[in-house]
Amino acid sequence: MKLFNIFNSRRTWAWPYVLFLVLFVVLPLLLIVVYAFTTPTGSFTLRNFMQFFNTTEAVNTFIYSIAIALLTTLICLLLGYPAAYIMATAELKTPAVMAMLFILPMWINFLLRTLATVELFNMFSIPLGEGALLYGMCYDFLPFMIYPIYNTLQKMDRSLIEAAHDLGANRKEVFLKVILPLSVPGIYSGVVMVFMPTVSTFAISELLTRNKITLFGSLIQRAFGEGGLQMWNYGAALSLIMLLIIGLTSFFGNKDEQEAQSVL
Amino acid sequence: MFYDLLGVSKPDLVLIKEMAKPEVLSRSNPNDYFIIEVNHVSKRFEDGKYALEDVSLQVKKGEFVTILGPSGCGKTTLLRCIAGFQVATEGDILLKGEDITQTPPHQRPVNTVFQKYALFPHLNVFDNVAFGLKLKKLNSDTIMKRVKQALKTVGMSDYEFRDVDSLSGGQQQRVAIARAIVNQPEVLLLDEPLAALDLKMRKDMQLELKEMHKELGITFIYVTHDQEEALTLSDRIVVMREGKIQQIGTPTDIYNEPQNCFVADFIGESNILSGTMIRDRKVSFCQKEFDCVDEGFGENNPVDVVLRPEDIYIWAVAAGKEQSDRGPSAAAQSDLDPDDRVPKGKFTKWYGVVDSCIFKGVHYEMTVKTEDGYEFMVQDYHEFKPGTHVGMLIKPEDIQIIRKEHYLYNYFEGEILKNGKVRFLEADWDVNPSDLAPFAAGEKVQVRVPFREVELLDYENDGTLSGEVHYLLYKGNHYNLTIRTDEGHDIFVNTNEVWDHGDRVGIQIAPESILLSKLEDAQTKG
Repeated sequence: MKLFNIFNSRRTWAWPYVLFLVLFVVLPLLLIVVYAFTTPTGSFTLRNFMQFFNTTEAVNTFIYSIAIALLTTLICLLLGYPAAYIMATAELKTPAVMAMLFILPMWINFLLRTLATVELFNMFSIPLGEGALLYGMCYDFLPFMIYPIYNTLQKMDRSLIEAAHDLGANRKEVFLKVILPLSVPGIYSGVVMVFMPTVSTFAISELLTRNKITLFGSLIQRAFGEGGLQMWNYGAALSLIMLLIIGLTSFFGNKDEQEAQSVL
Repeated sequence: MFYDLLGVSKPDLVLIKEMAKPEVLSRSNPNDYFIIEVNHVSKRFEDGKYALEDVSLQVKKGEFVTILGPSGCGKTTLLRCIAGFQVATEGDILLKGEDITQTPPHQRPVNTVFQKYALFPHLNVFDNVAFGLKLKKLNSDTIMKRVKQALKTVGMSDYEFRDVDSLSGGQQQRVAIARAIVNQPEVLLLDEPLAALDLKMRKDMQLELKEMHKELGITFIYVTHDQEEALTLSDRIVVMREGKIQQIGTPTDIYNEPQNCFVADFIGESNILSGTMIRDRKVSFCQKEFDCVDEGFGENNPVDVVLRPEDIYIWAVAAGKEQSDRGPSAAAQSDLDPDDRVPKGKFTKWYGVVDSCIFKGVHYEMTVKTEDGYEFMVQDYHEFKPGTHVGMLIKPEDIQIIRKEHYLYNYFEGEILKNGKVRFLEADWDVNPSDLAPFAAGEKVQVRVPFREVELLDYENDGTLSGEVHYLLYKGNHYNLTIRTDEGHDIFVNTNEVWDHGDRVGIQIAPESILLSKLEDAQTKG
């Protein structure tokens, strides 16, 4: 009877998840922090960070990665918004099929898709490099932009659009004054969902540029993978810097979103 | 009695109506007289179904017109055609004499108040109301002045900078109204604006809307399914059903002189009975003859009779005394009518026993069963407990006669098939072989099926056809049903069985009930 009661309590059911979170999220994060601020022998130091800021190449890679991520996000937004808008508003007979077709590539592992892209570029003798990198990133992350925007647009009350028309707004004004401001939450989710993975990616850049272009993610990967145990602390510091950047974007993003909603 | 419920007496209401009557414009151009003209408008959807079918309506400047009907009757479609959100398939819509049928909504001088308010959630109250003015690029002083004025009109003066999400339903609706009237539209369209509010709030808003209408002088076209709302607010009511206009008239006309059973049934409570117009001013129903005031229905013609439950006088009689009390006997009557409420005179009376009695707040609602098996709904301030023997009478002017649209028989066009069956209603039916004798295979015939002889089955698959109970009308001692078959044809059925609106039924007709005649005969008759 007592055993039964234990399993009946909802708190009990939460324990496995708490354990999971501690083991696979909290603990690794703590380890990263600890490693970032210690020497391989275990004493406290800021040397790992100094090393990063003193290496021009590393700082440049960092800035370049952010630039590439921003550019990818922008291209995805410019491509994705119209797609989402058309799917959500045009009276398509099969909007669900359209939406699924956009999501379909995600059923295949992105490494396979990237490898296929490399082969395609080779087949048409298009040189790999920065262009190929941007192409690959946009190709991989476009669905992450389309889907949240499509969701917000689709859930939007159609009578708001009618109300705007009714009050004298033409199609352009309806879009700028009602649809766009109301789709800001979707745009925000899309931006975060594209920016976060692109800023830390390394596989796509390695495959599509034949390692010619190094992104910040590759830097971290190399620190852990090729540098040996000596480099783990440096790698941890780099990871922490990236985490900070991503954390900041989502923090400012949240604020921006609220402001955007009140300003527009 | 109905007017008592509204809190005004009948003469008062007439007075209010006189005051509210729009000033009739006597301009030389007759087009100026009607601000909105809807001419033979039809709206057909892609699936071929009509949302509107040949609808015509003229609205005077400053009028408060309500489009009333059950859900799916096309009232909202009509409003949306006027607003420009939907384009009529046929016919045209004129505003001040100008054709606006194809004009996009943002170029029409009309504004809409939506059912769910449709306020912009990203804008505050002020910016919502200023939305239309800002698009017109007015200077900010004018915008400020007009927004404040509009918010004052709807009683939301201090809410300018509130978030619309923080407002209650009633407040949101006020903002929605302000957002529409601030543009000073020629016509204000209101699509069930009060439907989402609770009863008390709705009543308050009704009065306020009426006030606003008087104050602003804007033409209101109002859509609702709430008949009481329509009666309270409107100068004129347009009753719609299945895309067609059933009746247009003042609230009193619509209530007192319904043109058909649907209107009588939809507006207010009513007893609808089948009767016969014996001659002018004489009608028989419930196996009794009554004096009435209607003329021009011919002699011995079948009609429907509408008796409003509040128009029926009711008094108690001693059990078993019905027989002796029969006929005009003022003395016997007054014994049991101490308040002296029941009018004296040569009125036809009928008798029954109270079956149920419900207290409705202001009045009691009784169901009275007569010895002939008719049921009447009667409303009275006095309570008559179940089992009480009662007498009833109604004044001739309160009897409303309606011409019967359908009577006794369904008429279909059929075709004789080679296998000895008859094809009609897109199904094959068995008929008596002897009835087939005069006809050749392939010949077109007229098929007649009595309302009474259509059999309805609980299981839709058991019938030759299946369909749905589309409309039902209680006729005092039986139900008159309209069954819509899955192919979209209507069959009328008289039955004593109780069915509900929307019930799925199987339809069966016995061979001997299918009556065949030559098509030419029917055409000359029709």
